[in-house]
Amino acid sequence: MGSLDQLYQQVILDHYREKHGFGMREPGTGTRTAQSHQLNPLCGDEVTVRVALGRTGADDVVQDVSWVGDGCSISLASTSTLHDLVVGETTSEAGALVGAFRAMVRARGAAEPDEELLGDAAAFVGVGRHANRVKCAMLGWTAFEDALKRAVVDGQLSPGGSTVSDDEETA
Amino acid sequence: MDTLRSLAPAGEAAPVGEAAPFDDAELAVLRARFPVLRRTIGDHPLAYLDSAATAQRPVDVLDAERDYLERSNAAVHRGAHTLAEEATEAYEQARVAVAGFVGRADDELVWTRNATEGLNLVAFALSQYGTGGADAGDLTLRPGDEVVVTELEHHANLVPWQQACLRTGAHLRWIGLTDDGRLDETQLDDVITDRTKVLAFAHASNVLGTVLPVERLVERARAVGALTVLDACQSVPHLDVNLVDLDVDLAVFSAHKMLGPTGIGALAGRREILDALPPVLTGGSMVEVVTMESSTFRPPPQRFEAGTPPVSQAVAWHRAVEVLDDLGMDRVAAHEHALTERLLAGVTKIPGVRVLGPETATDRVGAVSVVVDGVHPHDVGQVLDAAGVAVRVGHHCAQPVHRRYGATASTRASVYLYTAPSEVDAFLEALAGVRAYFGRR
Ligand SMILES: Cc1ncc(COP(=O)(O)O)c(C=O)c1O
Repeated sequence: MGSLDQLYQQVILDHYREKHGFGMREPGTGTRTAQSHQLNPLCGDEVTVRVALGRTGADDVVQDVSWVGDGCSISLASTSTLHDLVVGETTSEAGALVGAFRAMVRARGAAEPDEELLGDAAAFVGVGRHANRVKCAMLGWTAFEDALKRAVVDGQLSPGGSTVSDDEETA
Repeated sequence: MDTLRSLAPAGEAAPVGEAAPFDDAELAVLRARFPVLRRTIGDHPLAYLDSAATAQRPVDVLDAERDYLERSNAAVHRGAHTLAEEATEAYEQARVAVAGFVGRADDELVWTRNATEGLNLVAFALSQYGTGGADAGDLTLRPGDEVVVTELEHHANLVPWQQACLRTGAHLRWIGLTDDGRLDETQLDDVITDRTKVLAFAHASNVLGTVLPVERLVERARAVGALTVLDACQSVPHLDVNLVDLDVDLAVFSAHKMLGPTGIGALAGRREILDALPPVLTGGSMVEVVTMESSTFRPPPQRFEAGTPPVSQAVAWHRAVEVLDDLGMDRVAAHEHALTERLLAGVTKIPGVRVLGPETATDRVGAVSVVVDGVHPHDVGQVLDAAGVAVRVGHHCAQPVHRRYGATASTRASVYLYTAPSEVDAFLEALAGVRAYFGRR
């Protein structure tokens, strides 16, 4: 199963079992929050990502990424690695990470994965060789990107409640 | 019923009356005619088990299309030159052959782009108060009318009817399924009533493999005066289907599922029904007299064939039905029946694997969909691909039937006349390893 193991690297299978950050959490007091639901109409996979932004000095910082989803190992594991990667980053750093991840999985397997930058998410480099799975790998990241944008632009200021914006979009 | 000849009573050893599955030598000769079957995927020979989505094409069909293009390619039904005459002749002979293959006369077969277009054509023709048909009035859907489908339909035989109901104010109803994947026939008399104007149903399900009781359904539809529309996409390629014997008014099927090319399908129906329907697409080739104010239309089938048709595809499809006739649909059905039994016996033995649809091969075609406990179909398909096994994963354009059985998606293996028992075994072996792959590591 050589080519299979290239796709399903051990890190991916571990994240599939563990699912870091899984489950929807109430946003912390004073955070700005938004969420996004993404659906892959081809297979019915779906994921909802909620972003809570806090303020550190002059920067908006991703304080939490909570998520739920139903899908294949690639879509769930990649959302799990996303959680590990972007929590604690500023919004602009987080945006850049999404860009780097997207570039990697869209490179048809030709990308040199930057583990320093992408951490466990670098394990998804092999997805690029499977055109049909790129969407799976991107599902949670697309949801995050969308939620982040909303949180920055018109995120609900949370007094600890759960007023969040939601939108259904087709990934 | 003649069509279901292939489907043996449960427990019988020889699946079909006199017809036997292809033996090893026959199968080897047959498979040699399909170049793509020589492919390898990585280190593995390809095991193509996705014929319910689209079938592979033999050299006979590929050559027929190429020969036509190299010798006689021209626009049909116009021009007086030799090529135009040859092209028209080849095109109309194809119509005779494909119509004859399902028991219809040539003027009872309309070329469409695929089965989906055929169903849309009917749904539109029945929902516009258009002119051109001899007597569309009685057939046209109106508020208060009902359209009946089943819960196992492909989206192609569901969504066009939902839309037709929205346009006309008619009401959509459906017949449910039993837990073991059959049509719930106890609902027939309640759902199909005097208000039913159209009964549209699949002959065989592309997900469950179930063959529907056409005779009973048609009998009930006749009793209430409803028009019958058969989605024969998964039956015509695999069983000996005669639409006249089945007594359905209209039926659709696609060339690409029966050794033919993509881009062409057919709507085959009773002459008087086609004659009553108004045109849907209009323009060139389907008109008689055109003035600046108005037009008159040609009789069927041309009335429904606006624009330049898919000629080389029709020629190729002609060759495909000849290949099927040469092989004998009774033997094709017997071969697939044996493979279906092998598939079902194998998958029901694998722990954590659930079959959607009947677990016996009786009244069933060779599309076997399974849900693997704890592993998403995408991941199942990927593991199978690594073993050279090509299957379909997803909802197979039939979300409601998946929902009915508590799944959003499944993994489907489907066989055809060229499928070898060893390919079924490759599938079963790879499938048996799937849960271990995701659990063990
Ligand atoms: C039962 C059934 N109906 C309709 C269709 C639609 O066929 P096509 O895509 O060729 O129009 C299919 C094929 O996927 C099918 O299996």
